[in-house]
Amino acid sequence: MSEIRNLNIVIVGVGGQGTLLASRILSTLALKLGLDVKASEIHGMAQRGGSVVTFVRMGERVYAPMVEEGGADYVLAFEQLEAMRAVGYLKKGGVMIANTQKMSPMPVVTGAAKYPENVLESLTQKCALDAFDALTLAHEAGDGRAVNVVLIGALARRVGGDAEIWRDAVRACVPPKFLEINLRAFDAGYNR
Amino acid sequence: MNDFMLGNEAIARGAYEAGVRLVSSYPGTPSTEITEYCAKYPEIYAEWAANEKVALEVCAGASMAGARSICCMKHVGLNVASDPLYTLAYTGVNGGLVVVVADDPGMHSSQNEQDSRMHARGSQVPMLEPSDSDECRAFTKLAFELSEKYDTPVFVRTTTRVAHARSVVHPQERVEAALKPYQKDISKWVMMPGMAKGRHVVVEKRMNDLAKDASALPVNRVEMGDTKIGVICSGMAYQYVKEVAPEISVLKLGIVNPLPMDLIADFARQVETLYVFEELEPVIEEQVAAHGIPVTGKALTGRQGELSAHKVAKLLGKEIPTAAQPDPVPARPPVLCPGCPHRGVYAVLNKLKCTVTGDIGCYTLGALPPLSALDSTLCMGASIGMSQGYNRMLGDSAAEKTVAVLGDSTFLHSGATSLISACYNRARVTVMILDNSTTGMTGHQPNPSTGFDIHGERTTQISLTQLCEACGVPKEHIRVCDPFDMKALEAAIKEENAFDGVSVIVARRPCMLLDKKSRKSPLSIKADACRNCLSCMKLGCPAIERMEKGVRINPDLCVGCGHCQNVCPFGAIVEGSEAK
Repeated sequence: MSEIRNLNIVIVGVGGQGTLLASRILSTLALKLGLDVKASEIHGMAQRGGSVVTFVRMGERVYAPMVEEGGADYVLAFEQLEAMRAVGYLKKGGVMIANTQKMSPMPVVTGAAKYPENVLESLTQKCALDAFDALTLAHEAGDGRAVNVVLIGALARRVGGDAEIWRDAVRACVPPKFLEINLRAFDAGYNR
Repeated sequence: MNDFMLGNEAIARGAYEAGVRLVSSYPGTPSTEITEYCAKYPEIYAEWAANEKVALEVCAGASMAGARSICCMKHVGLNVASDPLYTLAYTGVNGGLVVVVADDPGMHSSQNEQDSRMHARGSQVPMLEPSDSDECRAFTKLAFELSEKYDTPVFVRTTTRVAHARSVVHPQERVEAALKPYQKDISKWVMMPGMAKGRHVVVEKRMNDLAKDASALPVNRVEMGDTKIGVICSGMAYQYVKEVAPEISVLKLGIVNPLPMDLIADFARQVETLYVFEELEPVIEEQVAAHGIPVTGKALTGRQGELSAHKVAKLLGKEIPTAAQPDPVPARPPVLCPGCPHRGVYAVLNKLKCTVTGDIGCYTLGALPPLSALDSTLCMGASIGMSQGYNRMLGDSAAEKTVAVLGDSTFLHSGATSLISACYNRARVTVMILDNSTTGMTGHQPNPSTGFDIHGERTTQISLTQLCEACGVPKEHIRVCDPFDMKALEAAIKEENAFDGVSVIVARRPCMLLDKKSRKSPLSIKADACRNCLSCMKLGCPAIERMEKGVRINPDLCVGCGHCQNVCPFGAIVEGSEAK
């Protein structure tokens, strides 16, 4: 796809993983392209280590800020369980871009539940899955917290468009101090 | 230039453009950011008040002085502020006064899903409801105009999805609003019966006038399409309807109290079937039906939780796409952070098998397994009163195992009055103030006990211990403990629980997210010393993981707080990484 038009993106992860920055980068990109855009965030209680879901929708005219089940072109998943939880958001032909990191939720931590095995295998049965170790790439770029921008890089490659516009969106959203690391993280995801 | 703003940020922008001079609020999700964004404009004096009632009273004073002011709160905060609100409707305003109230359908971060539109009707205060960020900005400005034109406070109501969604905003310049001269007028500002009777006449006339004028307000919009179906909606429901059924006829209401009934009746005449799609209570539907207009709504949508584009699509008989079914996976509830000082308190209370009346804040998360430490959570400040009533009825044997816990901010919000009442009534209550020196759950706002104001500047610091003493707690039964020192904490709770009176233990340790200095290097488990007793697991620390064999400390999450060392009976948890 060389032209970015209507896109529904769902970003899922664990509170504190930096999903909000990813949504800000995507929104900035849409604005740079002259598109209408809406994003929906969850603040408050869920940010204390719970599941978090952020939506970004761009197009000629966007009404609802949330993506519904079966409506997402892409899901960016920061963690395997959250990827599984969010698979229903994908539309037919949509793609799940997932970080292979695992983070145990409290029921698993306490032993009340098991972290399911073969999450990725099961996901390949359910959707087009692009899973990779974004955490290691982020570490290599200079900071494990840059997982979000690694995933944005991977998304950029799939969506298409001028990579420099994507980099501009990253530049506009990241403090100058961390820009170099984040541009490296973007490239790591993009060139993977 | 266009901007891309959070709904809350856009409300602050609207307030700025309207020439607002003062904001006073108490934090509450999903309203908190409005006040934080207001505080960034040097033209606006901004403060965190001790609670919503005080905040609204400060705004009432600013209004009397002739300035435009804004007061922001979450839906349950409006319950606290409802006392001044209902009578402010009688006094009216001098400078414009806007109350922003953020509802939370679906309870993303709340203890109930009450509908603030009921308060608007109850107090007879006009209410506007925006459905995206630019409307948040524009409606806030309009609210100030209406406030001064009709001499009344005006509500701007949002819901979580409006408050916490970002969309494009078209900012305008600020227009200074000159101070309106204040003239003493007790028939307007002193609400005793004789004067209030006169003002009630004014209230009724004002709402009747506004109800007539409302039909012509440009914030209401008829979008005629296919006339088979007409939908009346406002706020986020409008976006859902447009999303899934752009072809049908829509009456989008910008004002939801009073309703523009002429406009509604006119719209109803033009469509074959009329629906109201609204979240929570049938506030619009019942008024439309009472007007003799056939309408359907709650029978289809129900009163609980949020609407969504899919729900609306289904109601309109539209097909919705099929979606992949996820495998069942374990839930991921929110948790107390690694190193959270509350954890030690709950571990001790569990050990002592205490009945614990809880309160509103991060520490409410202690109710979830494995800590499962709380018996109740009702509303801000309820822990002390509930403990008092519980102990009064069940007597000493219950009281010596009962503790009320609440945070520093919550105590100052509405716990101190309960403490006074407990002392005054010779109650037997052990209170623990979990003082993490911030308002944690809403995103770390300062409060009067922190000694910092909304801008992070030093200010008068309210001493919790001195305040407790002044409330009537005997000085020797007020003590401060470090929640990381669980032995001392346990001894203190035992001793104070044995006291037949009111006692207070301040468990003081800053929130780990703020106090990065006190983070230490991760701990680890000595495999040969660990007997796999799982005592450490009962802490519910996200950093301690159950493995196939034994237990592991996740070095990426552990901040070295040492709670687990305190509960390990075998000394198997040690400093340093992965010991043998």
